[in-house]
Amino acid sequence: MNQPTALLDVRDLVVRYGRVTAVDQVSFTVDAGETLALNGPSGCGKSSTVAAVLQLRRPDGGRVRFEGRELTALTERELRPLRPRIQPVFQDPYGSLSPRHRVRDAVAEPLRVQGRWDATGPARVAALLDRVGLDPAYGDRFPHELSGGQCQRAGIARALASEPRLLVLDEPVSALDPSVRAGVLNLLADLQDDLRLAYLFICHDRAVVRHFADRAVEMRGGRLVPA
Amino acid sequence: MPVAPSATDALLSVRDLRVAFGALEVVRGLSFDVHPREVLALVGESGAGKSLTARALLGMLPRGTTTSGSVRLRDEPGSYAELMGATRPTLAALRGRRIALVPQDALSALSPVHPVGDQLAAAVRSVTGLSRSQARARAVAALDRVGIPDAASKARAYPHEYSGGMRQRAVIAMATINEPDVVVADEPTTALDAELQDQVLRVLGEQREAVGAALVLVTHDLGVVRDHTDRVLVMYAGRQVEQGPTHRVLDRPRAPYTAGLLASLPPADGEDGPAGGPHRRGGSGRRRRLPAIPGSPPAPDALPPGCAFAPRCPLAEDRCHREEPGPWTVGDGHEVSCHRWDEVPYPATELFLERPA
Repeated sequence: MNQPTALLDVRDLVVRYGRVTAVDQVSFTVDAGETLALNGPSGCGKSSTVAAVLQLRRPDGGRVRFEGRELTALTERELRPLRPRIQPVFQDPYGSLSPRHRVRDAVAEPLRVQGRWDATGPARVAALLDRVGLDPAYGDRFPHELSGGQCQRAGIARALASEPRLLVLDEPVSALDPSVRAGVLNLLADLQDDLRLAYLFICHDRAVVRHFADRAVEMRGGRLVPA
Repeated sequence: MPVAPSATDALLSVRDLRVAFGALEVVRGLSFDVHPREVLALVGESGAGKSLTARALLGMLPRGTTTSGSVRLRDEPGSYAELMGATRPTLAALRGRRIALVPQDALSALSPVHPVGDQLAAAVRSVTGLSRSQARARAVAALDRVGIPDAASKARAYPHEYSGGMRQRAVIAMATINEPDVVVADEPTTALDAELQDQVLRVLGEQREAVGAALVLVTHDLGVVRDHTDRVLVMYAGRQVEQGPTHRVLDRPRAPYTAGLLASLPPADGEDGPAGGPHRRGGSGRRRRLPAIPGSPPAPDALPPGCAFAPRCPLAEDRCHREEPGPWTVGDGHEVSCHRWDEVPYPATELFLERPA
């Protein structure tokens, strides 16, 4: 189905590396407030799809329409104001924050870069940390002083600072300790309900996908197959 | 100690194993036995000490660690070799032949500059008097046995020419090629996707059957534990919280930590919960929340007094914060370290549902 209202509408996406076609005519949509899971074995083209959605790599064919605008047709300069609205959350919580920046500065950085930093900045950072279940006192710490689960929450707070509509969640809980995984999934579910966030959710754990996603598609050899 | 299982038929017998970095003890007194053809799971999260335990079994700890306790490997019926404090040559003679490690990172376990078959053949020749060509033939057979297609030509290939799953199999072939009695596998599947995980575990199981070895499987995945192991030892912050036959521990956990881990898993296929249809959230738009263990595991240099899990435990009472519990035997080979083990509900869903903020 292909409502014109979809937040993200990917159509006939093609990504090639030389003669290898990593993503071959892939189409899917994600609506506001919805979670679409994208599954598949290693090497199936998930990461290339994610890179094309984030426009970190320009696709070799097809369309990536976000909020009704065709991203593949935009110049880098035209893309810049849209980028904050699609934010990634990665698997390795420590790898996604700079080890040399305090958590507070990591969360504040998008506000500064996007020219939205003002006198209310510190309070907004504290509110974001609180929103992801971190005591704002953790803002003074460095990533290595946090547990994996706390660090992933800080990464989510940083993504939220950009006021995104779509989060690309690339295995967001698979590197976390089992005893903290459920807490982070609950947080993501609450954020989605409260902020009507859309999630493109990469995850290889079928039970997690069944619990968490509204719909699931599966990739194999660069193509979508019935999930 | 209240539990002293008879060690007479065990292949591997571990008593009061401790591993420390300087004054910081990270494995704090583990005891367990592994019997022929048995699969024992060591379960815990990062920092619980399970990988250090695995390496301590082979005397392969990093520099700067000190160990104590006893790790005994059966020599012949009734006679054991003590590995703790054994000399380098003694350990070297046992490793590979009697006890072998399947390390976590398959790529770093293989040399990048030699063909895989040569590396396996070298492992054979290091413990047997076989000729070069005989050792080669055995290497090819070992690769074939772990399901590497076209093993003869793949034996001539280098590790970078292997896929991730094939590398992991090659490492299993290497660890089992001299038919050790005990195979220690340290998270052999964490880096693999779900299908490869199943394949690799099946290969490990077949190897165990083929050579009659026992397997110590380090993992944090309770699904793997349920499907592939006979006994399970659950660790938290360097200590055993629960140990017993896998079905007993997983069907009726007595430690709140184990019960919480199980409660926080999303229901597996066929269990309750809405079907995987497209719109399964109720009219309210709110999906069910997962039960979750609050907080995070403690750092080894900041262990709380008493039971290390008490700060996160919904059942904790005064004595839990003061006295380290157990272990106590609560049934057939089932040990638990919890002051309130007989009050732990199962399923523990309600206990771990987050209270509304």
